[in-house]
Amino acid sequence: MIGELGQLSLAFALALSLVMANAGLVGAGAANNTARRIASGATMGLMVFCLLAFGVLTYAYLVSDFSIRTVASNSTTLQPLFYKIAAVWSNHEGSMLLWMLVLSLYSGTIALLGRGGERLTSAALGIMGLLSAAFLLFILFTSSPFLRIDPPVFEGAGLNPLLQDPGAVMHPPMLYLGYVGLSAAFAYAAAALIVGEPAQSDGWVRAARPFMLMAWITLTCGIALGSWWAYYTLGWGGFWFWDAVENASLMPWLVATALIHSAMATEQRGAFRTWTLLLAITGFSMSLVGTFLVRSGVLTSVHSFASDPARGFFILILIGLAIGGALALFAWRAPKLQDGVPFQAVSRESALLLNNVLLMAALAVVFIGTIYPLALDAMTGRKITVGPPFFALLFGPLCVLMMVLVPFGPRLPWRKGDLKSAARTLAPALGVAAVAGLTALAIASPKSAVGIGAFAVAGWLIGASIIELRKRRGARLTAFAAAIAHAGLGVSLIGVAGTVGWQSEALVVVGPGETLTVGPYTLRFDGVMERDGPNFTGKQASIAIMDGTRVAAVMRPEQRIYTAEGQDVSYTAIRTTGIRDLKLVLGDDRGSGRWTLSAFVSPLAPLIWIGGLVMALGGLLSLFARLATRAPKPEAAALPQAAE
Amino acid sequence: MSPKKRRRLWFAAAIVVAGGLGAWLVIWALGNNTMFFRSPTDVANKLVQPGIAFRVGGLVGEKSMRQGAGAEVHFTVTDGKGVVPVEFHGVLPALFREGQGVVATGALDARGTFMASDVLAKHDEKYMPPEVVDALKKSGRWKEGEAP
Repeated sequence: MIGELGQLSLAFALALSLVMANAGLVGAGAANNTARRIASGATMGLMVFCLLAFGVLTYAYLVSDFSIRTVASNSTTLQPLFYKIAAVWSNHEGSMLLWMLVLSLYSGTIALLGRGGERLTSAALGIMGLLSAAFLLFILFTSSPFLRIDPPVFEGAGLNPLLQDPGAVMHPPMLYLGYVGLSAAFAYAAAALIVGEPAQSDGWVRAARPFMLMAWITLTCGIALGSWWAYYTLGWGGFWFWDAVENASLMPWLVATALIHSAMATEQRGAFRTWTLLLAITGFSMSLVGTFLVRSGVLTSVHSFASDPARGFFILILIGLAIGGALALFAWRAPKLQDGVPFQAVSRESALLLNNVLLMAALAVVFIGTIYPLALDAMTGRKITVGPPFFALLFGPLCVLMMVLVPFGPRLPWRKGDLKSAARTLAPALGVAAVAGLTALAIASPKSAVGIGAFAVAGWLIGASIIELRKRRGARLTAFAAAIAHAGLGVSLIGVAGTVGWQSEALVVVGPGETLTVGPYTLRFDGVMERDGPNFTGKQASIAIMDGTRVAAVMRPEQRIYTAEGQDVSYTAIRTTGIRDLKLVLGDDRGSGRWTLSAFVSPLAPLIWIGGLVMALGGLLSLFARLATRAPKPEAAALPQAAE
Repeated sequence: MSPKKRRRLWFAAAIVVAGGLGAWLVIWALGNNTMFFRSPTDVANKLVQPGIAFRVGGLVGEKSMRQGAGAEVHFTVTDGKGVVPVEFHGVLPALFREGQGVVATGALDARGTFMASDVLAKHDEKYMPPEVVDALKKSGRWKEGEAP
């Protein structure tokens, strides 16, 4: 019964989304209050029914209703409560329902906040209605999580043990908040083009910026979580593998980063009007492309569930309609837009333009490297992979260039700036950079030119952020937010420099009592014991970190075989001092008590993710500042606001 | 030419130059960093030169896994027609099994052994890497709708 209730909720949600689309777009016309009220009401209804559907599915997992197929294949009665809930979105069907839930929540937020006036809100709800209808059709016809199996099974197959992990649990909701947050920016951009006036007065940017920020913050967290999970789960000693699935989440992030910067220039100065609209469309397009890559089964990864060609086909059509429709609207309406106040070559506007050019170049690199193998396979049947060096070679220098230029942006005033005065203000940061670089040169061994250079750049970024914070005392909170986010970039860079420049690793076969050295550590292998848990059998190694003859700490990497799922999982052991990680992976049994052991020492690695958090914190600060205070009227928008 | 037009012309020229340079860089970097996927049959037919990095995928040969003197592991990858001996220095993925799908990255040495730098197995019990499925289909080991 409960499964049918979920299915029925989705059907109601579909009907409401169609009402929302219709009424919303009608309500975008001049004076149609009834249509607007209907659109707003339908949005609330959509939210309620999506919540109900998601609640029903969660309930089915909680009570282990194995007559529902997705529950039977992703949960067991033995699974801890936390992972029963996490299993809801651990699979294709459930994660699409989560996507839909997030979409409905964003729609509800648009309706409740009503930013940018009634006509804009109504048109945005219309677009969100169209997107909701498309996704609900997708769920109902290709990916329903409520399908029954007959006869029901006695015990479920269980959640993939690799995903029974807090990092893996939080990663999808974060990423979806980001992906779908970009749909709100997309809806506002399309709405502005439909209504016409908000595109010229930039009212839509003011309305959409909290959503852009929200998308950027959550994408940042989602990507950081995914990278962290890969780092400690996969025993490869890396944090980013330029895997197509990782790239699928990086691409929307790059666009979102460009978008929040370009939107700033549009909101404050009326600059880059058409470009910001185009970026908002591109951002969501990248979300859809990412979803297609991950969900269609064209890639090999943890994300590719048993695939169904119909799904990939459906998403492709959706991409075509959404992108094509939005671009057609753009081509029709955008040429009428006029740009705001002109600016000089040295100005905040130019700095933001350069930021966008570099970010788009980085996007192009990632996009080509990700899509080229797929396109080649589709056209010629030849299977190739683009190796990580391709990305490192092109993406790396672009990033470094960008990071060198970042500090100048906030130091340049709008319209016309003075590079010399900016450089004078930033001079102390150059000192910090020199100190950072020289310190790395003095204490690090072996010497790594890339690592030392990265240190200097990180010092420059962080030093400049501190100067920025001091200079802006008493200024608006948003200025601090930018400085903090930029400093986060520097913090991440230090972590990357440490891991890339100075990681040491060892692969050895050791017997009980034997020692090995890796980096600054001396380790003693104390053998492997059987250690069984409630739903797995396991082998756990005991490895002592030696301090002279004293045991400083014991680490226990292990291998588990999950009996219900019939799956082997290797659990790395990580010990972090905050500035250095030691990671151990237990390998094969070599007989007579000897085992293969792989060890990695990654200096400064934790800073990679701490930097991501700092960036997200900067974003959060900016979001709060924006929501707490009403945005000041920008000087550029001298045009009278239309009667709203 | 008015100053405004001249500025636009410079701007356009700069975009063309930067775009051309960018495209050249991308193509050059792609040319140096792409790896082909080869089936064990391709390797057996001597389609691949030693020293050139590529990926090979298929099933791990039954009873082929053997531990070396050091930390290395030997096994073979086969699609039913060709067999490639593989040597790997590292910890094999937890789901690595004889008779199951695997994709390895590396290059052939002079003796024709594939020196793997990276070995990927499937990540859960139900899943088979698509390249492996393709290679097995080509060699006739894979029948539609049944496991090999």
